[in-house]
Amino acid sequence: MNIYDLIFYLFATITVLSALAVVSTKNIIYSAYNLMLTFFGVAGLYVLLGADFLAIVQLIVYVGGILILILFGVMLTNKVNGMPIHTEVTNIIPASITIGLFAGIVLAFFMNTNWKSVTTEFPATTIQSLGKLLMNEYILIFELLGVLLLIALIGAASIARKQ
Amino acid sequence: MLESYIPIMLVLGFAVVFAMAAVFSSKLFGPQRPNPEKLSTYESGVKPIGTTHERVSIKYYLIAMLFIIFDIEVIFVYPWAVEFRQLFAEFGISVFVSMFIFLVVFELGFLYAYKKGGFDWD
Repeated sequence: MNIYDLIFYLFATITVLSALAVVSTKNIIYSAYNLMLTFFGVAGLYVLLGADFLAIVQLIVYVGGILILILFGVMLTNKVNGMPIHTEVTNIIPASITIGLFAGIVLAFFMNTNWKSVTTEFPATTIQSLGKLLMNEYILIFELLGVLLLIALIGAASIARKQ
Repeated sequence: MLESYIPIMLVLGFAVVFAMAAVFSSKLFGPQRPNPEKLSTYESGVKPIGTTHERVSIKYYLIAMLFIIFDIEVIFVYPWAVEFRQLFAEFGISVFVSMFIFLVVFELGFLYAYKKGGFDWD
């Protein structure tokens, strides 16, 4: 086990534990903050896979943006005070069977797949080549992206402000 | 290539250790003699009323949405800015113009949001 594996397991542990905390904690604010840790752990895994641009996108858009929206979503809602919330329907047996089957199928595929192990050079930063591609082959797509974002912006503004 | 991330890891480690130390050292070294007056939210001040879970206005949500779209725009400027010197040497002014078109098309949306009153704080 080298240092690379050690860092991988560190980030994997952060991701899995915080994801578990997201679904298991009762306090929705704690849930949101644990989701931040999950996003952060995934960003670390992206870095370890050599996808540095994706890691930056993950950090800036998800940790910095989407999570703010989720927190605002929590803050917009009314908290129900004084009474415990239970769901009426708890189908434990069918749920266990379904999850068990699904996990079994995934595990079976995982065990039976003939994984190719390839040793590759760790890629240099991807941002430079991405910038070159965006300005050469994908320039049209890049400009169309501006139009797409414009549509999203106009949609957001016109939904939020009806006058 | 991963060696270039060592400073980031160092900053992360330092931040975690410093935050832990700042929070727990007072617990570890300081004397603890709590009384109800000390444990109240404001020891000398107006007594707080209501809960901490107040509903906030939807206006914040609109600003947050506009911010996310701006965030995505900035993300796409980033690879262009990193590679700008080489691209400018190769293609000249057109590199600048293409980014300018992207930004102008995009900012039209913010102009619309502004005209629509998306930034008003009424």
